[in-house]
Amino acid sequence: MPETQARQVVEVGYGGNERLMMNMGPQHPSSHGVFRMILTLEGETVVAVDAVIGYLHRCHEKLGETLTYVQYPSIASKTDYVAAMTAELAYVSAVEQVAKIEVPRRAQYLRVIVAELQRIASHCLWLGTWCMDMGGALGGGATVFLYCIREREMVLDRFEELTGARLLYGFHQVGGTRYDVPPGWDKKVRETVDVIEARLDEYEAMLDANAFFRVRTQGVGVISRELAQSVGVSGPLIRGSGIGYDLRRAEPYSSYGDFDFVVPVETEGDCYARYLVRMVEFRQSIRIVRQALDGLPQGPISSRPGVKSVGQVRVPKGEGYARVEGARGEVGCYLVSDGGPKPYRLKWRGASFSNLAVLPHIVPGHKVADVVAIMGSVDPVFGEVDR
Amino acid sequence: MIAAFVVLNAVLVMVAYLTLLERKFAARMQSRIGPYYVGRPHGWLQPVADAIKLLLKEDIVPTAADRWVYNLAPIVFLLPCLLIFATIPFAPELGVADLNIGVLFFLAVSALEIVGLFMGGWGSNNKYALLSAMRAVNQIISYDLPFIFAALVPVVLAGSMQMSAIVAAQQGLWFVAYPLVGQLAFVAFLIATLAAENRVPFDILEAESELVAGFRVEYSGMKFALIQLGEYAHMLGTSFLGALLFLGGWLGPGPVALGPVWFVLKALLVFLVITWVRWSFVRIRVDQILAISWKLLLPATLVLLLATGLVVALRGAGGA
Amino acid sequence: MTAADASARIRDRFGIDAVADGGLGVTLPSQRWEEFARFARDELGCRYFNWLSAVDWKDQGFEVLCRLENLEAPLVVTMRTRLGAGEARCPTLTGLYRGADWMERECYDMFGVVFEGHPDLRRILLSDDWEGHPLRKDYAVDTAFTPYR
Repeated sequence: MPETQARQVVEVGYGGNERLMMNMGPQHPSSHGVFRMILTLEGETVVAVDAVIGYLHRCHEKLGETLTYVQYPSIASKTDYVAAMTAELAYVSAVEQVAKIEVPRRAQYLRVIVAELQRIASHCLWLGTWCMDMGGALGGGATVFLYCIREREMVLDRFEELTGARLLYGFHQVGGTRYDVPPGWDKKVRETVDVIEARLDEYEAMLDANAFFRVRTQGVGVISRELAQSVGVSGPLIRGSGIGYDLRRAEPYSSYGDFDFVVPVETEGDCYARYLVRMVEFRQSIRIVRQALDGLPQGPISSRPGVKSVGQVRVPKGEGYARVEGARGEVGCYLVSDGGPKPYRLKWRGASFSNLAVLPHIVPGHKVADVVAIMGSVDPVFGEVDR
Repeated sequence: MIAAFVVLNAVLVMVAYLTLLERKFAARMQSRIGPYYVGRPHGWLQPVADAIKLLLKEDIVPTAADRWVYNLAPIVFLLPCLLIFATIPFAPELGVADLNIGVLFFLAVSALEIVGLFMGGWGSNNKYALLSAMRAVNQIISYDLPFIFAALVPVVLAGSMQMSAIVAAQQGLWFVAYPLVGQLAFVAFLIATLAAENRVPFDILEAESELVAGFRVEYSGMKFALIQLGEYAHMLGTSFLGALLFLGGWLGPGPVALGPVWFVLKALLVFLVITWVRWSFVRIRVDQILAISWKLLLPATLVLLLATGLVVALRGAGGA
Repeated sequence: MTAADASARIRDRFGIDAVADGGLGVTLPSQRWEEFARFARDELGCRYFNWLSAVDWKDQGFEVLCRLENLEAPLVVTMRTRLGAGEARCPTLTGLYRGADWMERECYDMFGVVFEGHPDLRRILLSDDWEGHPLRKDYAVDTAFTPYR
């Protein structure tokens, strides 16, 4: 059905094909932030969806042009506030790439550890909120939500011990990391991942064999292989659609080549496939954390002087695009430098932006209840969508 | 008259504490504590605080609402939910009216709640509420039939529609333990109960993640409290019905005076099972709900009813 | 399909030498923008649309960039075009890639680059009544916008 035709709305008609325009958002329990969908309904079936974004736009790209290379990393964490570690990492990697700054191996390993812990925390939040979308705040989903939040808190506690912050860390800096691990931290991290690994079995016991969970997710919101590439989705979405594309494997940054892990691929492309992919990623992240802790090399944590004499970062004229595999997919920074103290142009390639762009292509034809299930399986963070 | 007054007030108090029970139970499931600070220990004053809060809240009527329908809906919704207690005896001779068509009365009146529901959804003039009202009609129509058929199994087994007669017929064997037909009917009854009470996984008309709060999205203050009250009263009533029909009502060890205690405990057991299901499943979709009813539950309960009839006929033949 | 292979085919077809910048950088005249994207998709296998954006080079005009990928090879092609001073028109890629829809809308929103042929070129991040395009270098950050400032 052509879009213009689908959007035609007959609110009260007696011809038998009335359409209802329903606004979902920007204030809505399952909009995961501020997101507005204008749904055109025929009965319970969605025939067209118009996605309105931008409510959380905070001019990140403009800010990038007005702040120096040292100032911006802590702002970068606010693009994707659920996985702040990887957002920071994308920015500092881009600066390091343009300025050709080497990163010591210890810092690279620390970056891997925090990135994987962040992925665990982010996936915890995803699983909880997604189940809440389907089960309702008062229903079974809330149970899973509270379990997941309990586990996420443990990871956030570890981050707090490391950086002093729980949500937006400012852990990375150009040339390395800002903090070294406190004494005894690695032991606590090991205990944390042990607990989480055991709890993952409980989630799976609660969800995998749950017939209602399956009927809500299987065959819902199918993203085909072609559509996934054409829109440019990444992360668990593209891996759920049969393409084993993971930047940690395809383009190993920050010494990811040293670690042994599996990139999960599912071919169904539906919500359940994305769930399976993420559940495997949980375990693989735990594996990587353990390997990185085992092999954590000694040495400096930054190739540049410490916090107090951080000074200016000199970046020569040039441009570069650095990307990392965040919890939601490819988080990239395109940086153009004119040799000055601030970037000339900074482009964020947010994973959620591209992932969310697939919604208008897969939602029509589903029921209203599926809209929230699909939306939750995409796992958008609106800080990253609207930037 | 006095009996009605006593039962009504007892029901209202029980409903208030039912909410506390549910919150505590859910909290334990989710490794939380639940209400705690309002009335120590363990928040026993929480329902009172809730009631006061709801009473003092501003009553908002949307400008575009159909005022009459909108204002009447909570009352129309609440009435049948309270009326169902009229036929429930709490012990032999202890009840408002032990009608000889008690079960029929209960089923007929409890199905009436849909009118208030639909009025609320329609009168709010809100699209979420309208969708929810449409879903409500779909669902209640689909699930009332299996609900009735499942409830008819004990009626057939007992050979009477009078509540006290049904309990009396369970003197030797509770119907939940009746070989095969009784057990299957109890399961079917529980499933249909979940749907008839709009509980997860069948709470599509509330569906706060899609329809925000469904038909009651525009209600606030006392009207919201009335709807909430009606919902829990209905749940309590159905739990009592379950205890009466399948769990032997007031039958239990100890002196006869303990009857009402056993009865309430059994009803609470049914309620807790419903709550347990509520906090462990996700909501299913409207088309799946209808499919479950028409393709599975309705034929199954029909066959069950037929089988029960056969059992009773054979038993009668053997006995005679 | 290796990078050298792709580079040779680009030279045959378009007479342009691709620059190695981690992937292949191809600078095109805007008339051949869509033609190259079609070539990249169909012949180079770059079916993955990564992102599209622009850079404002002040009096030298806008540069529009688009990053396409062949995930199997792997091969990255960054298309670039200079629109020329004072020019803000660029052909659209929406007919080839679905991801181009939102990316081009964002680029229009931020730079005012008009993608000709885009079916629904509205602002995406800013409100519809916003004046100006903030990522242009001549945009004054303190532009009044009632009632917010």
